[in-house]
Amino acid sequence: MANANRVFAALNDPTRRAVLERLRNGPKPVGEIARGLPVTRPAVSQHLKVLKEAGLVDDRSEGTRRIYHIDPKGLGAMRAWLDQFWTAALDAFAAEIERSEKEKK
Amino acid sequence: MSTQIRPAPVRSSIYVSAPPERAFEVFTNGIGRWWPKTHKIGQADLDRPVIEPRAGGRWYELDVDGSECEIGKVAAWEPPARLVLIWQLTPEFKFDPDLVTEVEIAFTPEGDGTRVDLEHRDLERLGDKADAMRETVSGPGGWPALLQLFAEQSAKENKGDAA
Repeated sequence: MANANRVFAALNDPTRRAVLERLRNGPKPVGEIARGLPVTRPAVSQHLKVLKEAGLVDDRSEGTRRIYHIDPKGLGAMRAWLDQFWTAALDAFAAEIERSEKEKK
Repeated sequence: MSTQIRPAPVRSSIYVSAPPERAFEVFTNGIGRWWPKTHKIGQADLDRPVIEPRAGGRWYELDVDGSECEIGKVAAWEPPARLVLIWQLTPEFKFDPDLVTEVEIAFTPEGDGTRVDLEHRDLERLGDKADAMRETVSGPGGWPALLQLFAEQSAKENKGDAA
């Protein structure tokens, strides 16, 4: 559950979603990810750290550079999404029961 | 390089103020009245999901243009106590007949109402699927779709917080 919240917190930021979008086409070093984004390179590094802690990206060293790539399975994100989805769905289900029970009375 | 993720089942429970018979009926036959309209897989707008009332029945999405998109199957139909659905959507939200993940919903009498316990399990199979699709994971159906869902949900939740 904490994992799901962490994934959501990580993605609840337009810059971090933009960072992930940039990794879609393959692994990239920080400099390349930061290019064209309206934030500083250290800020991008910070965003990558949050994404990494949420299990959404991983990195590897290549010489002095860090190369980032998305978790290729997206499974952490999928599970987090299902977690949120079913909670929201059950809430809506309970609300519908309340509504229809009230109508009967 | 990438770590093998063996995810725990997703579990969610809720109490509803109606007897199990009624809860089971609304969950299945009445699914179109509560299923979030935003959660759809077809191109057209969602009319309603349909759960056929028998073991072996279909679980599909009916869109406003009359098209149907498979979500999965009904594995167990035991009103009013238990329902098992088979979710066959990949992380790319595409139907895959070879993918089988189970969603079990138990309806237990509690006081004047019903406790509804939902468990979505075998999620590691989604990972196996994703493994097979590793090459295409950066395609338009995968991450972007998932990110879009996250963005929508987050926006909704923020609105909820603000209200």
